[in-house]
Amino acid sequence: MVNVGTDRVKRGMAEMQKGGVIMDVVNAEQAKIAEEAGAVAVMALERVPSDIRKAGGVARMADPTIVEEVMHAVSIPVMAKARIGHIVEARVLESMGVDYIDESEVLTPADEVFHLNKKDYTVPFVCGCRNLGEAARRIGEGASMLRTKGEPGTGNIVEAVRHMRQVNAEVRQLVNMSVDEIMTYAKDLGAPYEVLLQIREEGRLPVVNFAAGGVATPADAALMMQLGADGVFVGSGIFKSDNPQKFAKAIVEATTHFEDYELIARVSKDLGEAMKGIEISTIPSHERMQDRGW
Amino acid sequence: MVMVGVLGLQGAVREHVRSIEASGAKAIIVKKVEQLDEIDGLILPGGESTTMRRLIDQYGFLEPLRQFGQTGKPIFGTCAGLILLAKEISNQTTTHLGLMDMTVTRNAFGRQKDSFEAALSIEGVADDYNAVFIRAPYIERVGEDVHILATYDDAIVAAEEGPFLCTAFHPELTEDHRLAKYFVEKVKESKKSLAR
Repeated sequence: MVNVGTDRVKRGMAEMQKGGVIMDVVNAEQAKIAEEAGAVAVMALERVPSDIRKAGGVARMADPTIVEEVMHAVSIPVMAKARIGHIVEARVLESMGVDYIDESEVLTPADEVFHLNKKDYTVPFVCGCRNLGEAARRIGEGASMLRTKGEPGTGNIVEAVRHMRQVNAEVRQLVNMSVDEIMTYAKDLGAPYEVLLQIREEGRLPVVNFAAGGVATPADAALMMQLGADGVFVGSGIFKSDNPQKFAKAIVEATTHFEDYELIARVSKDLGEAMKGIEISTIPSHERMQDRGW
Repeated sequence: MVMVGVLGLQGAVREHVRSIEASGAKAIIVKKVEQLDEIDGLILPGGESTTMRRLIDQYGFLEPLRQFGQTGKPIFGTCAGLILLAKEISNQTTTHLGLMDMTVTRNAFGRQKDSFEAALSIEGVADDYNAVFIRAPYIERVGEDVHILATYDDAIVAAEEGPFLCTAFHPELTEDHRLAKYFVEKVKESKKSLAR
């Protein structure tokens, strides 16, 4: 008896990524730099979030040529982004053998009402969340991994911090509730009851939760690990910096040894300029990526 | 009680700790070389083998881990850990700890979409074991001192050589702790015989 695409296999794949850094790359050369620096996976994209933000217009799934090029270049897992609710983009990426799909608010949503039914797929999905309700809804739809939404492409960690604290605070609250309070909590959060019950029983989310959306420095990565992230996604931060090789290695080291401050000080030296950040309040509300999806 | 370390540079560390604790041993997460002196056995967990190797190099773990292996203290490698233990890796010239006389193939069953669960018989451990394979390697050749414990579809997926144990799948991802118990017994025996 052989089973593919089971929850255990899909969630287990994300478990193997724990303590690691997943890096956004736009070509084979960047993918190799990421692998060399110790990334646990790469996210193949046409443009990194900060460029998507600059370019405006509609952001879609990457050209399959880029995804294939990256898949051929490295032996670590390759992830790719599909638009929220875009069944066909997701199926196309699955057919190409991508290892993980990010149903991502970084791209322009294809559906403003419904997210993908991720249980239908053999390939596992990662989704963004800002709070426990959103996390539980995505798990209910079959997401095998979560990440904070943060505010992508800003180089500003404040939103990722907010979302990680929010999710973890609500998990703690839930764990301390008595079972008879949970249905009301489910109603208040708009979250599936069964998922909340499971989280309460296990004392934690049933899938790993990475930090994403605004990680720009090794210290940012270590901060997110201290706040309870299982690992870190770095989007624009690495390849928008002066010395991507060095920068990528520094982020990996700071993530592994997030409590070793001398080490973080050492790897943070002479990295050159980090990406220029954006203050969140200067982003008009319709341009905030974290508000896409629900 | 014996103390089992889980190499904690990256990967499924927490699950192994839980599994070891459920098997009647103490577990610690090993992040620094000095910690190797405190433990009676070591687990190399699943994760990304290329990433783990980079981190092993960066923190000067390579020689200390090889030396640990030579003391006769048991090491258990799962998935990426199995790759770290092998003397030969197909299609690449570099190897890692090189402690087990075997040739392994990385991602041998395909990409993530081909990852699977299957029932296995593992000699001396279980004949009804649900094994979770995730972008798993397999062992394509073993030396004469390596004992094969399990095969799947003619591929070798679990083996043992003296103090070293390895599986291509992830025993830490299920509630079935029989393999962890098997390893803990190995550690107990080695502690007794090393003390003599």
